Amino acid sequence: MAKQYETVIGLEVHVELATKTKIFCGCSTAFGGRPNTHTCPVCTGMPGSLPVLNKQVVEYAVAVGLATNCTITQYCKFDRKNYFYPDNPQNYQISQLYLPICRNGSVEIEVAGEDGNAYTKPVRIHEIHMEEDAGKLVHDDWEDCTLVDYNRSGVPLIEIVSEPDMRSAEEVIAYLEKLRLLIQYLGASDCKLQEGSMRADVNLSVREVGAEKFGTRTEMKNLNSFKAIARAIQGERERQIDLLEAGKEVIQETRRWDDNKEYSYAMRSKEDAQDYRYFPDPDLVPVYISDEWLDSIRSRQPEFRTEKMKRYKEEYDIPEYDIDIITGSKHLADIFEASVALGSQPKKVSNWLMVETMRLLKEKEMEPEDIRFSPEHLSRLIALVDGKVINSSVAKEVFQVMFEEDVDPEQYVEEKGLKTVNDEGALRKVVEEVIAANSQSVEDYHNGKEKAIGFLVGQTMKAMKGKADPASVNQMLKELL
Amino acid sequence: MDILSLTAVELAKAIREGKTTSVEATQAVLDKIAASEDTYHCYVTVEREKALQQAAEVQKKIEAGELTGPLAGVPFAIKDNMCTEGTLTTCSSKILENFIPTFSAEAVLNLEKAGVVILGKTNMDEFAMGSTTETSYYGVTKNPRNPEHVPGGSSGGSAAAVAAQECFAALGSDTGGSIRQPASYCGVVGMKPTYGTVSRYGLIAYGSSLDQIGPLTKDVTDCATVLEAITSHDPKDSTSMKREDTDFTSALVADVKGMKIGIPRDYFGEGLDPEVRDAVLAAAEVLKAQGAEVEEFDLSLVDYAIPTYYTIAAAEASSNLERFDGVKYGYRAQDAEDLHTMYKRSRSQGFGPEVKRRIMLGSFVLSSGYYDAYYLKALRVKALIKKAFDEAFAKYDVILGPVAPTTAPKLGSSLADPIKMYLGDIYTISINLAGLPGISVPCGTDSKGLPIGMQLIGDCFKEKTLIRAAYTYEQRR
Repeated sequence: MAKQYETVIGLEVHVELATKTKIFCGCSTAFGGRPNTHTCPVCTGMPGSLPVLNKQVVEYAVAVGLATNCTITQYCKFDRKNYFYPDNPQNYQISQLYLPICRNGSVEIEVAGEDGNAYTKPVRIHEIHMEEDAGKLVHDDWEDCTLVDYNRSGVPLIEIVSEPDMRSAEEVIAYLEKLRLLIQYLGASDCKLQEGSMRADVNLSVREVGAEKFGTRTEMKNLNSFKAIARAIQGERERQIDLLEAGKEVIQETRRWDDNKEYSYAMRSKEDAQDYRYFPDPDLVPVYISDEWLDSIRSRQPEFRTEKMKRYKEEYDIPEYDIDIITGSKHLADIFEASVALGSQPKKVSNWLMVETMRLLKEKEMEPEDIRFSPEHLSRLIALVDGKVINSSVAKEVFQVMFEEDVDPEQYVEEKGLKTVNDEGALRKVVEEVIAANSQSVEDYHNGKEKAIGFLVGQTMKAMKGKADPASVNQMLKELL
Repeated sequence: MDILSLTAVELAKAIREGKTTSVEATQAVLDKIAASEDTYHCYVTVEREKALQQAAEVQKKIEAGELTGPLAGVPFAIKDNMCTEGTLTTCSSKILENFIPTFSAEAVLNLEKAGVVILGKTNMDEFAMGSTTETSYYGVTKNPRNPEHVPGGSSGGSAAAVAAQECFAALGSDTGGSIRQPASYCGVVGMKPTYGTVSRYGLIAYGSSLDQIGPLTKDVTDCATVLEAITSHDPKDSTSMKREDTDFTSALVADVKGMKIGIPRDYFGEGLDPEVRDAVLAAAEVLKAQGAEVEEFDLSLVDYAIPTYYTIAAAEASSNLERFDGVKYGYRAQDAEDLHTMYKRSRSQGFGPEVKRRIMLGSFVLSSGYYDAYYLKALRVKALIKKAFDEAFAKYDVILGPVAPTTAPKLGSSLADPIKMYLGDIYTISINLAGLPGISVPCGTDSKGLPIGMQLIGDCFKEKTLIRAAYTYEQRR
């Protein structure tokens, strides 16, 4: 019988924090500025410049640490990681090695499992540390040179290092989803894999089922989506098993995943590993997180998903499935709660989110975090329908525009003249014309074909350019027929 | 009136009283520079036009009553490792031969707020690594007291410029004695303040945990006045401290009655030139005669200061100097076929031998497998040295000793034996390791006529005690 293998996976997850300014200077962290416009002497490593720690970075890191059940290192320090590369303006990265801000945490992941055998399991967190991001190299093939953009240099990151507790791609994704949700709930990051505000490096080894010792691991980089992560795990597992089956050894190395070719390439082996000569950064003073500070961060922790689901069940009359989806995104939940707070009926808000919003997200391949319409506008739209100012099909049209451009529905309906015509005389006139023009359908109706009335309603709505209340049209048709 | 012989405070007073002007003084000192630079070579860069323009602007403000401070209008020299906006800042290194900063160091800005005129940038040991100003890429500076001798270092250009009347006062930086030792060799006053007193923002770092900017002046009054002007709490420097007691000039009082002065026996042992010893002990007698209580004691751990210092300073330097890589500014080797060759050639060609030696030493002590044995151990010894000083300051207000074991050596006699040169830092280095303030005050000359300096060391934040003792000695000697 063929040998059975177990995959052992640990993750290093980098998360870009949502601070307005960089970790060691006052420059903006905004994405997409012209190259080298969000820079200063500090984040370009000019001689004589000095770093000053952004307090908000510490708060976010502690908040994530608390949410992942870590022990907070109340006396922590920054260290320099020395290596030469042009995206790293000082040729050292300010990071944490000896006293990282959080240690010994754990999160509970929920895994769907094969054949519906859902289970939960804890994934332990070794540490979380704070560090600065590097700049970006831009290769100019035309001029045959490389340019550096330091806009991203000094953007704050936390690195969350797990223990090797995961055994499948499914568990890895459940873990990442869990982290992403916790961090989004904290508002500490938007955690977008595609844009790089969440990056995961996968450490993977295989061993025979039942073996006690771990196999030799590799580290895989360049994983930009959950799908890529799943494919990379599968690919690397197979590559390692093939090596072992062929009697060869797995080499400890860093590999780069190419998701187009679905193959990973060796970047550097352990032998070439650099000596980073870590030492405490003498330009920064140790960070002391007092009990008071820690308590104040703790007291500001938000309601996380589990608690939120429980509360929704008690407070709102909406299906459990809806609750599951809505609380699955902090942004969705925020829109839901804000719209309800503005007086909209929970059930109606939930419907808009569950049906039209989900449809458009899917169609446009967007994440719930990308939703731009405001709860105010959603509430107004619901009010317009409730007040029969527009009918539901007009409402869907308006919603689509709102989804794309966050227009004010009241203003939009006004400008585009989409209000339902409530003038009974006008409606009667159109209905009479429709009856006169469709004698066949009228006859069908009188012969007992109830469906024929649907066609006549449609014709009337068309003639009214959609601006009628279908129920009123129906009623008037019946009356006149 | 011989303008050049005035102290900075005297000159500012003369300008305020209309006896001279800032422009006149600046012109006089620029003429002096033109006449004697060929001999002494104190400066890497002299900004003639800018200085005269600045002097004219400052003079207007003085006359308009907008600038009334005790240094307004006085021409200053700045060590070339402090950033000056728009003015070449080289650290006396080839690797920064074309580096013009976009901002000025906080200490320089503070001086400019006080209305001083910046003459230019003074020569130094490359990246402040050296004790003679001979490791500069831009040539050696000579001691104005005897041009066959070195001015000391690394702030040799600043000390020599004060001694040669090529400025009225100067800023230096002190990582292991780089202000105090050249002050001693050139016969001027130099002070290293408590770590955290003067902002390091804009000071191109050598050993970040040890570097402090401080004054080099003609007398103790100028020293206290300049220190008061450059001291500030700077939010841009995380190690800058908020201090209340920065009215240093209030300590210019000739009175040491009851002051307890300790003389460490360890500072008077083997290796100390007898002429230096005698001059320093004679200075102690002067203070004793003024009512100070002077006694000898054992400081301990003195022998460990040098290896500890060279481990920590080199480790920090190896990392601090990584940014000089030819990518963004400074010297870049041409025709390198790839990135790493460009790095290697730029750095190999851009740094001098002493800098390379310390980068290698620092890289070694931080390497995996050696970190605990060297770097961490050095940090532990550093803590013990601080403790030894704490114990001493439980008994004494001031510690008195020599600045350097000898007077200024001859040019060209030091670099051949780096270890011997490092040993010359023995009395100054532990003060940086403990973060303490120290001042070097002239206390005579040797038989060759070379100046000797006395060092007064205080507990953290006790600059005023040092100023009082130094001022008393200066007035009563």
